[in-house]
Amino acid sequence: MLFVPGNNPGMIQSASVLGADCVILDLEDAVSLSEKDSARKLVTKALRSWSFKSTEVTVRINPITTVYGPLDLEAMLEVQPDILLIPKAEVASIQAVESRISAFEAARGGEAVRTKLFALIESAAGVEYVHEILESSPRLEGVLFGGEDYTSDMGVARTMGGMEIEYARNKVAVACKVHGVDAVDTPFTDVDNHEGLLADARKAKAMGFTGKAAINPRQVGIIHKGFAPDPVEVRYALRVLEAMEEAEAEGKGVFSLDGKMVDAPIIQRARQMVALAEKLGMVKASNVSREGGLV
Amino acid sequence: MHGIEFEITPASGKTRRQPLPEYIEGYGEVRAFEGAFANVGVGISDHRPRRSKSVRPGQTKLLASIEEALDRAKVQDGMTLSFHHHLRNGDHVLNLVMEAVALRGVRDLTLAVSSIFPVHEPLVALMDAGVVTGLATNYMSGPVAKAVSQGRLKKPAVMMTHGGRPRAIECGDLPVDIAFIAAPCSDPYGNCNGVSGKSACGALGYAVADAQYADVVVVVTDHLAAYPASPAEITQTMVDYVVEVPSIGDPQGIVSGTTRITRDPVGLAIAHKAAQVIQASGLLEDGFSFQTGAGGTSLAVAAELKNMMKEAGIVGSFAAGGITGYLVDMLEEGLFRNLLDVQCFDLRAVESYRDNPRHLPMDASMYANPFSKGAVVNQLDVMILGATEIDLDFNVNVTTGSDGTIMGGSGGHSDTAAGAKLAMVVTQLVKARLPIVRRHVTTITTPGETVDVLVTDHGIAVNPARQDLIASLEASGLEVVSIEALLALAESMTGIPDEITFSDDIVAVVEYRDGTVVDVVRRTK
Repeated sequence: MLFVPGNNPGMIQSASVLGADCVILDLEDAVSLSEKDSARKLVTKALRSWSFKSTEVTVRINPITTVYGPLDLEAMLEVQPDILLIPKAEVASIQAVESRISAFEAARGGEAVRTKLFALIESAAGVEYVHEILESSPRLEGVLFGGEDYTSDMGVARTMGGMEIEYARNKVAVACKVHGVDAVDTPFTDVDNHEGLLADARKAKAMGFTGKAAINPRQVGIIHKGFAPDPVEVRYALRVLEAMEEAEAEGKGVFSLDGKMVDAPIIQRARQMVALAEKLGMVKASNVSREGGLV
Repeated sequence: MHGIEFEITPASGKTRRQPLPEYIEGYGEVRAFEGAFANVGVGISDHRPRRSKSVRPGQTKLLASIEEALDRAKVQDGMTLSFHHHLRNGDHVLNLVMEAVALRGVRDLTLAVSSIFPVHEPLVALMDAGVVTGLATNYMSGPVAKAVSQGRLKKPAVMMTHGGRPRAIECGDLPVDIAFIAAPCSDPYGNCNGVSGKSACGALGYAVADAQYADVVVVVTDHLAAYPASPAEITQTMVDYVVEVPSIGDPQGIVSGTTRITRDPVGLAIAHKAAQVIQASGLLEDGFSFQTGAGGTSLAVAAELKNMMKEAGIVGSFAAGGITGYLVDMLEEGLFRNLLDVQCFDLRAVESYRDNPRHLPMDASMYANPFSKGAVVNQLDVMILGATEIDLDFNVNVTTGSDGTIMGGSGGHSDTAAGAKLAMVVTQLVKARLPIVRRHVTTITTPGETVDVLVTDHGIAVNPARQDLIASLEASGLEVVSIEALLALAESMTGIPDEITFSDDIVAVVEYRDGTVVDVVRRTK
């Protein structure tokens, strides 16, 4: 997920060509107070008139407790981006957003709003009550963990090693798994440290995050690399699916591969792996389960 | 998603460019462009005989001043004087010589300058005064280009290509009376090179045809070496006189310290896509050859290719053209066997050209002359090109800007597009709020029949003449869109730009590399 300033028309026009799966058009921290209204108008107009092609579009609104938050929310409900990212997420702020969206739907004769919500968890309370937050709106489909604000709330220093956010990352990743939603890791703020970013992305993947935020387009490719599955694992996953097809064709319920029994969780993981590899261009969709080859 | 369908709205009331005139005052009969290869392979041009004298033993070539050289060369009204552009925007020689020429009251001169830069601003006053009335160049930017666009040169300027210029000089279409060769190093007998001295610029490829075919050849240097100077890129056999001056140029304007890959994320995204196209084309294999400009995005393509070549263990045959430090790195890492260098863009290239025997010189004729027995451009697999505008027929404009003013020229654009197996234009779809894809380009520099593919941030369009390429790209999973779709997308961002209104006055004639006229530039209203 790539942050793009909501007040920069050139970058908004280019948002879909930077390789990110999802862009976050930012109305909050990237936009100064004097430009809040123009950024909101620009993003609204862009969502009405501009094609972002297959890139998912998220808009980060201002906190609902500020004067800008409700205005942002109201404007975004008119254009309904794929996702709204709710900053300073805690139970109360999500509930406030949820009730405004429900009211909007009721006023439109019950027509459902298509926009999903992501909670930006960036406070100690947010981390500690992440389960409750995830239960506070059925529209929530993901969490973005914000390490900078979290450590500031905790009154601790951010370090390269990231020990100070270890607990929060683990907690968020596990909670998201429990609730079946996406877990997106905090951005890596040193934009010129590509090796550090790669290591950090690999760590996030290992913790169970499904993605990572980027604050610079040059980070996107590195994050994809960090989250890319190991080719050996992909090859194995393709063989699992191939063996499964054969077993199905022969009417066998259970089967084994390389002398090991293959059960439902293994098949499930193989499917996820192949889907991800396809998305990253590591395998051709048409090849999967036929030739089983990596491109 | 937020997809909206784009349609091209018909260009109501907008007319196609005016047909070329048959005769242009100050230029002559117009031989219209009739196809990129219509005149190639049908013969070879005769070489112009030189009206020169041989040198007797004991005769000295070293003169005291430019004034003395002008005396000896018998400069007079109506002559053609030539200059090269290896000192780029640091060049002092053209201004030094022309200042001396103007003081003599000589008029009606034509200058054949391989490229003109902002540093040549003093020419504008000489144009206004009628000292200079004709200009032949491959590229011009800055005040001179602006003045030409305003119609301040008496005759239309002739915009040539890097290959067309040596062709014209060799065969007599552009007969040069006196060639002034700025040389960073020369001995008193005229052996010169560009690799030593305080104004070192590297290769001298654009000056070679001038040295070979001008009636009188004057070397101007600020570093007089003992005889025999080595290496001798231009040798004593071609040189009449040598003049030493305090400075031939400003090193800061001659070569940039470093050439850098773009950090612009959109430029990087385009470069990534361009590299994918090259890979999908099937040309990226052992023996691969490649040329690119020194722009940040072009260099980023080179960087992407470097990674691909390393991963696949591919060793290319050569990279050619203007050479940057980045290509030197690729040579030294064994990714190319050789570099063929017509001009050095940075200090690293100058050093490598001097020190590395695999970094080879290439004169402009060898580089790109279509009427030679084979130019290096014909051996290119892939050429990365820029564009100010590209139209639905894939015609490219790099000559005029969006306001109709001259701000560039072909340089090697048309030559490499014609020669390379894959001529690829890389550009942002919209630059500075202007659409780059147009219904019609303002000026045709490079004919669309020689351009194979356009790679933009918003999609890849392939010339319909290259169905084979479309098939290879699609087989590799790359999405190909029509250029009409890119036009529609661009216009949806910017609206349709207003047409520029031109007067009937022709200020420049755009010659294709074979000497035919591909377009004219008219004075803007």
